[in-house]
Amino acid sequence: MTTSASREVVLRLTGITKRYGKLVANKDIGFALHEGEVLALLGENGAGKTTLMNILFGHYTADSGSVEVFGQALPPGSPSASLAAGLGMVHQHFTLAENMTVLENVILGTRPLWHAGLGIAAATERLDALAREFGLSVRLDARIKALSVGERQRVEILKALYRDARILILDEPTAVLTPQESEALFDTLRKAVARGLSVIFISHKLHEVMAISERVVVLRHGRLVGEVATRDTDRHRLAEMMVGAEVALPEAEVRAPGGTLFELRAASTPAEGRRVGLDRVNLLLRERRITGIAGVSGNGQGALADLIGGLVTPGSGEMIVNGAAVTDWSPRASLDAGVGRIPEDRHSLGSVADFTLTENAVLERYNVAPFSRAGIMDWAAARSHAEEIIADYDVRCPGPDTRIRLLSGGNMQKLILGRVMEAGPRIILANQPVRGLDIGALTYVQKRLIAARDAGAAVVLISEDLDEILALSDVVHVMSEGRLSPEFPRGAMTPAELGVWMAGQGFDHAA
Amino acid sequence: MRLEPVASRTLARTLGLPALALALTTLVASVLVMLAGADPFAALGLILDGALGSKFAVLETLNRATPLIFTGLAITVAFKARLWNIGAEAQLYAGALATVLVGTQLGLPGALALPAMAIAAVLAGALVLLGPVLLKVRLGVDEVVTTLLFNFIMLLFVSMMLEGPMKDPMGMGWPKSESLPPDARLPRIVEGLRLHWGFGLALLAAVGVWFIQVRTTLGFEIRAVGQNPDAAGFAGIPVNRVFLKTALLSGGLAALAGFSEVAGLKGNLTLDLSPGFGYTGIIVAMLALLHPLGVIVSAIFVAGVFVGADSMSRAAEVPTYIADISLATALLFMVLALLLTRFNIVRG
Repeated sequence: MTTSASREVVLRLTGITKRYGKLVANKDIGFALHEGEVLALLGENGAGKTTLMNILFGHYTADSGSVEVFGQALPPGSPSASLAAGLGMVHQHFTLAENMTVLENVILGTRPLWHAGLGIAAATERLDALAREFGLSVRLDARIKALSVGERQRVEILKALYRDARILILDEPTAVLTPQESEALFDTLRKAVARGLSVIFISHKLHEVMAISERVVVLRHGRLVGEVATRDTDRHRLAEMMVGAEVALPEAEVRAPGGTLFELRAASTPAEGRRVGLDRVNLLLRERRITGIAGVSGNGQGALADLIGGLVTPGSGEMIVNGAAVTDWSPRASLDAGVGRIPEDRHSLGSVADFTLTENAVLERYNVAPFSRAGIMDWAAARSHAEEIIADYDVRCPGPDTRIRLLSGGNMQKLILGRVMEAGPRIILANQPVRGLDIGALTYVQKRLIAARDAGAAVVLISEDLDEILALSDVVHVMSEGRLSPEFPRGAMTPAELGVWMAGQGFDHAA
Repeated sequence: MRLEPVASRTLARTLGLPALALALTTLVASVLVMLAGADPFAALGLILDGALGSKFAVLETLNRATPLIFTGLAITVAFKARLWNIGAEAQLYAGALATVLVGTQLGLPGALALPAMAIAAVLAGALVLLGPVLLKVRLGVDEVVTTLLFNFIMLLFVSMMLEGPMKDPMGMGWPKSESLPPDARLPRIVEGLRLHWGFGLALLAAVGVWFIQVRTTLGFEIRAVGQNPDAAGFAGIPVNRVFLKTALLSGGLAALAGFSEVAGLKGNLTLDLSPGFGYTGIIVAMLALLHPLGVIVSAIFVAGVFVGADSMSRAAEVPTYIADISLATALLFMVLALLLTRFNIVRG
């Protein structure tokens, strides 16, 4: 293998800067991509990776700096120029027409409107060849809505290849894949670079970066903080570069669990539109135990969280909370039963953006003493409660009268965590509690969850990040298409074995 | 182009932009006055004189502001919950109808009559808004459409009543109700001057609404539901029940405008009781940025424009609709100015 430095530069970014008001999303970023290499763009959420790629792809215009593709300057702010220059992007959220076939999606927009005939036969032949060459097996006449997430991603890659992309950019491509699907994707990428294509692989998952990339570029707070050859580094050093400090992830020791606080027996909930419902789920939440729910996103985790949180009631089956079968279930009933809820979407469900920290701190308990008496609010009590949470949970903010919309995601999450924990919950629903948080806030939230578990709470942790589930959970379930696997004790299953369940195999009934 | 929040607001910006809005409004109004063939400077003087130039003028302005405070508060309460009550006009007439019925038919003694009329009016207005809101909560019917259409239904209903069962036999054939007996009238605040206690009641209502909004759990619920119904529901706030409570409050406040106009000013019910107080209440509430105490100020401002323009149009012989256009212009400029005190417009 030749070293990347000796190969031709296909893409060069120079001095890219992008500001949004006071926020600097990208500051003077420059690096080069060589022919036939996989370059990993590593950084935490909010480090500026997506902004940078959107500039590259012409969705945004940089305030300063330039982009060169194959030696030619790329005109800024023009997606069509980027496409024509040979850039192909696979977004986190796919851009496919659901009611059309794979073939139609791929050729969509590649033919002029006034051109008679679509050249279906030629396109089919070419796509079959591409699919074989790159290991992208997918049926061309299948409609997109019938495809799994992994297959849809393959269609996106095929689409880029069909348009003669020479540079593939993949934005967090493994977030929606099982471990097995990720491996297949890596095979495709290896085949692509072997044929002279170049790949930018955007991720914050260190083991994937180590597995697939040749070089790594690290972004932090919008700045380029490091550029290393992958073989000269390791996960530990990359993590340090990414967060700017040594990282110690919390380790949870197993505790002896206590009594059952919450139980589902063959509980089902109806599907809502494209959202998967629960399918005969059995679940036991016990004191002093963290129950991890793994699975590819969109496989019923939302329905499970809504059920525990009180937003939906079981359509069939039984729900037993604190020893009694539940008949009347609502968010209020869930709170009254001692369930503390950390919602997946802290912006739209967990907080009211234009309310102050004080108001958000009492959002779930505004109607009880000491925060109100006989319908009259006691704002002094509410404010001091908010001050306590701010101090105890390390919420960085100007003060309790600040509107919560001005806080970063991590600080917002700490306030919500404080609100939940200070209510003394016996059951804690943590749905994607650390998504989008920086490592500091992430470890903090995880430590608090472990501490709550040690203090006797039954914690249910829903996450798409298998590593997080494995690090924290005492028992693990896997969700697939609304079904829940049996519980596996800590350490009983390897990630690959769990991946088989994530792909929908092993369940005793069909979805 | 997009909006970017202003990092720190300066005093010049906070006061200057609204002042600029008023100046621009004056400019637009002046052009209209010129087109109507009058001298704009003289017209402006006539407006100010007509609205504030004498004790009589000031009291007339406050009288006109009274129903606007009530409807402005009704809109404020509803809009805070993002409940789009466009039907304050219907609720006003429902209140007026109930006021007249209780005041003329029950023969209650003076001390009982007025409270009974007020309560009946509040209940009637609340019920009128409850219907559309129940449809919204149960069936997801858009309340903008239903409350708006209710205005016409209610006006036709009042017309039917005034032409039929409630027609004053002594009314020389005019469609008007019987007059209230003297002790069922709201007294004057100062004997001999035209300002009645409806104005005092309106100020009290504004303070009451302000208290509800900032100090009660109901106010907290209303604001939470208005800002983010999903988060409110998730936090255990009964969203639908909050909408129903808001409807009762809003409808009741709008109905008090009808009560106050009938019992304080007119003494009977006619079809021209309200020249659109229910709709103007929307302007009043928006200009006040949905602040209950601000409603008092903006209602007096809007009333002053109407009273002043009425008087100007008589003296300068220009049409009164200039007042309507000026107010609409004032609203647009003011909303834009208030937006620009908080945001910068940036390109890209």
